Amino acid sequence: MESINAKYVSQKISKSRWRPVSHSSLQQADIFATGSWDNEDNKISFWSIGSHGSSGVEDGFEGDPQLLCEHKHDGDVLDLQFLDQDRIVTASSTGAVTIFRHHQNSQTISVSQQWARAHRYPSDNAPCTGVVCSSPEIVTVGEDGRIIVFRADQEGVIRVIDNADSSTIHAVTYLRTTEILTVNSIGQLKLWDLRQQSNSPSQILSLSGDRVPLHCVDRHPNQQHIVATGGQDGMLCVWDVRQGSTPFSLMEAHSAEMWEVHFHPTNPDHLFTCSEDGSLLHWETSSQSDIPSFLQGGRNSSMTSRSAMAPAGGNQSLINAWLSGDSSKGRLETTHMLPSQTLSVNSLDVLGQCLVCGTDGEAIFVNRQVPV
Amino acid sequence: IFKINKVCLLKTSSGTHLGFAWGPGDILVYETLYKVRKDEDIYSPILRKLFNESHHIFVGLQTIREDLPSKNKKPQFVSISKNYRSVIRACMEELQQVAEVAMQYGNQVSILLAIELIWNLCEVLFIDAAPAGSLLLHLLDWVRLHKADVDEKAREVLQSESPAEHRDYWDVVVSYVLQGRLEEARQMLVKQATLQPAARKMYKQMDTLLSKMPFYNPGGTQTLTEFDVKWRHWHEEVDRCLQDNSFASNKHLELICKVSDLGDEDTLLEHKDLLSTWYHFLVTRLLFCHPTVKPTELHYYAQSCLTMFLDSRSVPEPLDSILLAAFEFDIHQVIKDCSIALNNWWFVAHLTDLLDHCKLLQSHNLHFGSNLREFLLLEYASGLFTHHSLWQLAVDYFDHCPEFGRVYLELQIERVPLDTERKALKVLRICEQRQMSEQVRSICKIMAMRALRNNRLGSALSWSIRAKDAAFATLISERFLQDYCARGTFSDLDLIDNLGPAMLLSDRLTFLGKYREFHKLYGEKRFREASKLLLSLMTAKIAPRSFWMTLLTDALPLLEQKEVSHHIVRYAVYGQSTPPQKIFSLLLSNIKKTSKYSYLRSCNQRIFGFFSGKNNIKDVLII
Repeated sequence: MESINAKYVSQKISKSRWRPVSHSSLQQADIFATGSWDNEDNKISFWSIGSHGSSGVEDGFEGDPQLLCEHKHDGDVLDLQFLDQDRIVTASSTGAVTIFRHHQNSQTISVSQQWARAHRYPSDNAPCTGVVCSSPEIVTVGEDGRIIVFRADQEGVIRVIDNADSSTIHAVTYLRTTEILTVNSIGQLKLWDLRQQSNSPSQILSLSGDRVPLHCVDRHPNQQHIVATGGQDGMLCVWDVRQGSTPFSLMEAHSAEMWEVHFHPTNPDHLFTCSEDGSLLHWETSSQSDIPSFLQGGRNSSMTSRSAMAPAGGNQSLINAWLSGDSSKGRLETTHMLPSQTLSVNSLDVLGQCLVCGTDGEAIFVNRQVPV
Repeated sequence: IFKINKVCLLKTSSGTHLGFAWGPGDILVYETLYKVRKDEDIYSPILRKLFNESHHIFVGLQTIREDLPSKNKKPQFVSISKNYRSVIRACMEELQQVAEVAMQYGNQVSILLAIELIWNLCEVLFIDAAPAGSLLLHLLDWVRLHKADVDEKAREVLQSESPAEHRDYWDVVVSYVLQGRLEEARQMLVKQATLQPAARKMYKQMDTLLSKMPFYNPGGTQTLTEFDVKWRHWHEEVDRCLQDNSFASNKHLELICKVSDLGDEDTLLEHKDLLSTWYHFLVTRLLFCHPTVKPTELHYYAQSCLTMFLDSRSVPEPLDSILLAAFEFDIHQVIKDCSIALNNWWFVAHLTDLLDHCKLLQSHNLHFGSNLREFLLLEYASGLFTHHSLWQLAVDYFDHCPEFGRVYLELQIERVPLDTERKALKVLRICEQRQMSEQVRSICKIMAMRALRNNRLGSALSWSIRAKDAAFATLISERFLQDYCARGTFSDLDLIDNLGPAMLLSDRLTFLGKYREFHKLYGEKRFREASKLLLSLMTAKIAPRSFWMTLLTDALPLLEQKEVSHHIVRYAVYGQSTPPQKIFSLLLSNIKKTSKYSYLRSCNQRIFGFFSGKNNIKDVLII
């Protein structure tokens, strides 16, 4: 049964992110933020599905996102992350990095802090393309090839790595608390150790063969050496950063640029990708255990605990299924999550059983029953 | 009425639309009635939803398989038509809510109301093409849908303390009858009946009369003829009631009886306020005098009803002519009139496209039929393309215009501003998917130039690789080499060290990669391999002329390495097919032409000194 409806929002959505829920409470995802692009006046908006502000919910549109509040945003929203429950950080095409605060009581948004020309060329603005945060630290990357480290509530920057890259850095993610991973438009993954003072990466990985630009990267939630990337050719690559400098597995995913890749945060056997070709794919790898899948109601928790116990060397039988992911062996299942062809799906986020994505067709899709 | 063969619309500087239409021997020029206000049309956020949702429906419509038999396709087309209409209604409802606050949208709401009205009628008459019997039922639905005030009034009346005594009570009852909603009329009448126990018998009689009015059931077994017979019998009964003056004591009931009696024109016209439109008048008349009306008979009634309803003073509005043209099944006239009267291409483009898919535009001149759809779609999409955000929708519309769509797209796509790499990538993908190689090259070149200006050599190279632009790759390599000459070291080693197969894109790039390799080998003290590489660079002729001096200078320290020097000499003397003298003289003769000549003279001593010791090549250097 289709549990996913389009909500047309009169703006092309470039990013959509769930507000984090605390692990202690059994709260479901209920609020998400979106950023727009390609408008004369771009906006960031907060939406609610569920019991918050559900006036106007009609039968048959259960779960229709309701707009809580919005705020003008200067430039395209090229990336957006939640810093904490109330604040988001955005990366703008003007090169600015901005922290917005969502005031829940009054349902308003205010600018909490801004670094206006964080990313720039000598004579021009340079878009800031990616942001990642681990409160209070914020790391951003841009078309100017810079990596910048900020601290929320501190003016000025903590650290700048100029010329970290001679090409555009498209995305950044944390590998460990002091290590970050960036991907660029000449197809390289670079590891940076922020404890080091040197301005060069500690490791560079790339595909042999064509230098296909990489657009997105995400780290496995439990196994920190496993990383997935997607790029211009729509291929999904899974890497083991400890071993070798080339990806472990390559899978054909989309027929155009892959914009985002996300491991499910609590069920990492599930992965989601979205692309310029208008599709959103749900990847499911089967676990290695002998227990038949229908008895594995709680398999996800058992799987994660097993992974955590795996020694660094990797017992062969416990090697993460992603690294041997190969659709021809039948251990990988992919499903299209959107009902029909749409314009580019620019962004997705998944939390618990809820998935949200935004498209260039000015629509937001929310699915509250993702089978994970 | 002469047949219009071609319609052309021009926008004047004052923003009005001028229409030219020509038929045999005549040219008409008329000014449109609404000014184009593009901003309000396209830029309103509520209308944006209309554009996006209808785009989705449009794309779905184009992909309906051509090979299905038409009887399977009709329900699909009807369903698509209903989808379009529900999108219009949703938009209208949202605008209505806003219009209460901001006056500017009031006009938009009435335009959308008109559009939905026309579309609905076109769906009934053209797409669903209901035959006699069902036709009237569909027309009744149509009228009911567009006369919502009856329900509002009824709600008010029912919510009052004593509904039967409400001043609008009888208006509601009569309106129900006029719309053929007899069940509801009867329910209302019950309230009045309980108030007047003395007249109970009369009310009972009316109730029975109304309950017995036959309605055609398309799904049933009754034929149209059988229905007609039943209906005539009912009429005879109504007539009898009138003759008997059964309802004479109550003017309202008498009125209802008169209305039911062959839809008496004069009676109906006395209640223009309740009917409010001539097409309501038309449908009501048909309901009570000719429910088995055939589609081909509609226009007689339509014309006469329009004339009767409008008094001599009022002039038919554009909407009236459009509806009349629809009742006359003149699709082209409908489209033409809509194009002129409504200030947005959206409606005519989508409706015409749908009608074309239903193969309804082919009954006329074939050329005109197929071109009309394309003309309207092109106009609509071109308008979309000027919007800073909705241009992406326009691409799909152009894709489905087989004759000129591609040309239009090629022209328009180059005008999309490329503010960020992300946007450029999307535009590029559109071009690549359609094999628009010229546009691909042009976009990549723009982005590469911009990157180069900002000293982002890696980005610039990435764009050249995508466009397979060897010339630009050469340009970038030259920049790298210039940087090296200026600073003595390479910038962006992460790029040069990892060129991979991209190195083969241009000779200069290959040279750059190899030259960097030479430096790496030298740095690792692998002099043998380094010198081998250097010599191959010299002889392979991929070194740029400006760089030969540098190469030679690089060769010098290698010559001084004792263990290396005789390798070089060996290569020079024995290894190559070209005699060593020739190699060096070639290099030297070319270096003479550069300004580095004087520098070389000072180096010359050392080189000469080295070679003079070796017998075979003491004549090597000719200065």
